Amino acid sequence: MDPIERYATLIDDVTAFRDACARPLPSVVRVNTIKSSVGRTQEALNEANINYEPIGWHSGLFKLETNRPGISWPYFHGWLHGQEEVSVLPALAVDPDPGEIVWDACAAPGSKTTQLAALMDDTGVVIGNDNNLGRLSALRHNAERLGVTNLVVTNQDARNFSFNPFGGRTERANRIEAFDHALVDAPCSCEGTIRKNPDAFEQWSREHVMSVVAIQKDILRRAVQATRPGGTVVYSTCTFAPEENEGVVNHVLESESCRVVQWNPPAGFKTISGITHWDNESYDPSMELTHRVYPHHNDTGGFFCAKLEVTS
Amino acid sequence: MNDRTASNDGQQFDRLPATATDRVVAGRPTREEIIQWWNSRFGISPTIWDYHTFWEKGNGKIWAVAAEYVSPLPIEGVGLRILRTRQEHWKPSTNAVQRFGTHASKNVLTLEDEAALRFADGTDQSLPRWNGDWGYLIVAHKIAGKSEPIGVGLYLHDELRSTVPKGRREDLS
Repeated sequence: MDPIERYATLIDDVTAFRDACARPLPSVVRVNTIKSSVGRTQEALNEANINYEPIGWHSGLFKLETNRPGISWPYFHGWLHGQEEVSVLPALAVDPDPGEIVWDACAAPGSKTTQLAALMDDTGVVIGNDNNLGRLSALRHNAERLGVTNLVVTNQDARNFSFNPFGGRTERANRIEAFDHALVDAPCSCEGTIRKNPDAFEQWSREHVMSVVAIQKDILRRAVQATRPGGTVVYSTCTFAPEENEGVVNHVLESESCRVVQWNPPAGFKTISGITHWDNESYDPSMELTHRVYPHHNDTGGFFCAKLEVTS
Repeated sequence: MNDRTASNDGQQFDRLPATATDRVVAGRPTREEIIQWWNSRFGISPTIWDYHTFWEKGNGKIWAVAAEYVSPLPIEGVGLRILRTRQEHWKPSTNAVQRFGTHASKNVLTLEDEAALRFADGTDQSLPRWNGDWGYLIVAHKIAGKSEPIGVGLYLHDELRSTVPKGRREDLS
């Protein structure tokens, strides 16, 4: 099965899509505003004669000519973090305020988690969870290098995340019993990472897609349950399969108290509306508020992003 | 009360007591002592820590955390590890001095370009000219117009040892 053929009816320009999938991804870094400013980081890159290109739609992102951004003083100081351009979207969709409580359900290795921490000015609480202990050590290493102090790290199965370690179901002071926001950047079939993982399509199977769908639904359901009414939950994947995207969001709309809300990426970043029909299935019309990202539109990987509001 | 358990438990984070009179666990440093140490060693103003709580996990390892939580906290990680205590000379972490060392006003050693490169790759170097304290120093260099901490140096007998951990060392030349 060629996933590009599978999605041909969804895509405006299949040739451009196919060509973009065959090109390697540019090396992109995000400025860590916990330890530096965009201006000072640019000055340091200039001093070090590192060529970079600002990314128009986000002032804190640079495309580097080197593919080894780790070998530089700005990186050593924790002013830069390698992060794929498109993967900056979900934390922007979460849009947390300083002092809030935010759950990152599948956090490792932490580029989105540390971006959330920076958006909150390193205040409040980011709970970075991952079920994989090995990947958690990468999350902790990255967070420490970036100087993050508002992150706590948990090693739970996100599908039944418990507040017990935080004093849930007690009357103790400073307990945490609900999130203001949650991010479910779900494990997925990763079709959209074809530009950095050339074998992503070869390993594709419908059975694998359907097995991750079950996990995605359970994690997103738990996120909605654990977020306070009026709070928001962002769901994202790096895949094109509607079963893993609109299909998962649609399932959770039917089973939990939530609705899809409008959120738009910054001007200059092109997305396509989510779909409402696929493979004899119909999805809720609000799926048109969700976002599909195709590689040929912004020269990025593929992506999906939806924002939900918890209603009760 | 902050430290609820009577002994140190390496599997959980325990909040530090505010002062010695609040201390329950023998040998556990207090918030007051941590803040005073950064102030007396590096001249970092106590107000820098106004928005952080302090926690211990393991024997003397101290974390700075941007919020309040129930204590103990039986989880994998919390905040930024800043300090190793419960030994004669307390040792700050590389990540702590990179994050908070910009507020230091003493025991900061600023290196020239070549020496800074050697320090970042973990090389010890001779340093006869230093007239400040012995022991752990904040080692910095000039970048983008200002001094910026690189990490922690140990100064002894005209020698500057780099304590940049293996996972952070880099040949930047």
